[in-house]
Amino acid sequence: MPNPTRIEINCETGVESIIELTDAEVLEMEAEAAKAEAERKAAEDQAQANATAKAALLDRLGITEDEAKLLLS
Amino acid sequence: MANTFELIASSTVGAGGAANIEFTSIANTWTDLVLKTVLRGTRAANYESVKIEFNGSTSNLSCRQLFGDGATAASSSSGTQILFDTSGASNTANTFGTQDIYIPNYAVSTNKSVSIDSVSENNATTAYALIVAGLWANTAAITSIKLTPTSGTFVQYSTAYLYGVKNA
Repeated sequence: MPNPTRIEINCETGVESIIELTDAEVLEMEAEAAKAEAERKAAEDQAQANATAKAALLDRLGITEDEAKLLLS
Repeated sequence: MANTFELIASSTVGAGGAANIEFTSIANTWTDLVLKTVLRGTRAANYESVKIEFNGSTSNLSCRQLFGDGATAASSSSGTQILFDTSGASNTANTFGTQDIYIPNYAVSTNKSVSIDSVSENNATTAYALIVAGLWANTAAITSIKLTPTSGTFVQYSTAYLYGVKNA
């Protein structure tokens, strides 16, 4: 199976080249994708944890989110 | 006010997709560069993060983002990359994000700033609008610009148009 390709446009000549990635470039791309996915998952987990904590706090205070925003305005 | 706004080069991604798009051999003829892109990535999410690099360098890059998702506004930063978001594979089908990337004084011997307006189009509750302030702390003239999705590839019909702007 061929590797993914990249596009290179030479602005001086106007020539566009479709170039197959080397195996090393493919490995680098896959490693970066894995890292980006881990970061995305971590950010989602943190956002979910924050939302859960906020809901619990509002419940403990006995106020709604709109009432909290009004207090903080 | 720009006196000249000239198309330098453009590209449209074909059926095989593209791991990145790179403009090379950019002349120092103009004052500023403008890159207008319409992009969609294959990341299985409602966004695809794209990094922008110059002259093949992966160092001295940083950015700060302000973004909203339709419900919340937030900010983030990177000390190692200049990043923006466009549409990903979970966005409405056949729908692309759009970006306006302005690079002033790209050929002078100063650090290079980058200003990016970006949206990820999506006919759903969540879609992202961002403004990004980027910096490449390098005084070399920019001769190449590369756009790379960080977690996928660009899909067919993604486009990139590079313009040169002269102020005289």
